[in-house]
Amino acid sequence: MPIPVKSLKAQQHQFANPAFQLEVLQHAGTEEGDFPLFGAKLREHELYPLRPAGTSILQVNVGKMCNQTCRHCHVDAGPDRKEIMTRATMQLCLDALARSPQLTTVDLTGGAPEMNPDFRWFVERLSAMGRQVIVRCNLTIILANPKYYDLPEFFKKHRVQVVSSLPYFSASRTDAQRGDGVFEKSIKALQMLNKVGYGQEGSSLELNLVYNPSGAFLPAGQKSLEAEFKRRLKSGYDIEFNNLFCITNLPVSRYLDYLIESGNYSSYMEKLVTAFNPVAAANVMCRNTISVGWDGALYDCDFNQMLELKVQPGTPQHIRDFDLKQLDERQIVLNQHCYGCTAGAGSSCGGSTT
Amino acid sequence: MDNTYYNPADLKKFGNISELQPEMGRKFFDYYGEVFKEGALTEREKALIALAVSHAVQCPYCIDAYTSDCLEKGADENQMMEAVHVAAAIKGGAALVHGVQMMNKIKDLTM
Repeated sequence: MPIPVKSLKAQQHQFANPAFQLEVLQHAGTEEGDFPLFGAKLREHELYPLRPAGTSILQVNVGKMCNQTCRHCHVDAGPDRKEIMTRATMQLCLDALARSPQLTTVDLTGGAPEMNPDFRWFVERLSAMGRQVIVRCNLTIILANPKYYDLPEFFKKHRVQVVSSLPYFSASRTDAQRGDGVFEKSIKALQMLNKVGYGQEGSSLELNLVYNPSGAFLPAGQKSLEAEFKRRLKSGYDIEFNNLFCITNLPVSRYLDYLIESGNYSSYMEKLVTAFNPVAAANVMCRNTISVGWDGALYDCDFNQMLELKVQPGTPQHIRDFDLKQLDERQIVLNQHCYGCTAGAGSSCGGSTT
Repeated sequence: MDNTYYNPADLKKFGNISELQPEMGRKFFDYYGEVFKEGALTEREKALIALAVSHAVQCPYCIDAYTSDCLEKGADENQMMEAVHVAAAIKGGAALVHGVQMMNKIKDLTM
């Protein structure tokens, strides 16, 4: 199945509409009936309502602009997306962080966050505040334009933790998910990161890889996959990295479209529901993370953000009104896509949760 | 249901075999679970062996289940197809090695 070059939004595709996605998710099921509502499933395990348990991460989505249009992207990011965070909104994030010392980590995501013209300005200030900065770097951006070639040095200067997607240690499966030629460029970018000291044994410059399955199946055994990735990347390309994060694909946006188009939607949802793990449910990332959209709106996670499910009404809705004490009292907004974070070993932006 | 002996939906009903003989069913599934745990072999290696055996015994349920399992456990397409060739080689070899028996018999029966 070829990867479309345009975002769903540019195609005016029905899955560009979050309300339509939610409608589809609500009515997922098998011949035996719809799947149980996620909230009801949590109630069975005495986890409802789900509330934060010590928020320490502010995840900031600095925009949907990206140099890639990956098949599984829940953001529907791409070169045609122009929604990016302004410097004024970034300043509001800095102000909120200054008021909230409990938020020790700032996780920058996108699109390709580096494409935001104020990205470096933002990282410099976050770093000066002493916060641990994570950048979700798609790797190919480092080679996309000469102005990005020094990104590894910039990351190093600010002790940024680099988290990069590499769905497989072969070109065929990587390119099938992320686009032609992505594997080769990703390998070059990883070698550049290694060269400045990232991912090396004993180095504090952390380089973590993200494994998302390239298809309609779940990830299994993070430790075992990590060992296999380390073996294959070292022997094939002399690449080293620290940890592999296994992340389950959630049925949102382009991945939802893929599931429907490939005829795998019902069976995939059934896999997620059947694999519900209450231990993983107790450790979901929305309990320690708050997500900020490109326009400053607040969400429980980046997936809710893309489905336009803002944090519970009655709590601060925008970064300018950020109040961690109030937000820590909120009830987390749930929907059927949440099954993706509670299946099997669990899934979060930091990998398995059990 | 389609007019066929095999229905893909039956795979997820595998556990139902315990209904008519709970004790043996329980013992089988406990054993089955134990076999596929990581041990001297990794879970991925066991999944690849299971995929090869699935082809040798030509079980559509097993091929379905262990293709997914191999993908989930991080096996790649080359490894999976090589595993199928191992099964094919053993099946083909098993047929051919009986050629020796045939040759012995020919020797017995002919002048």
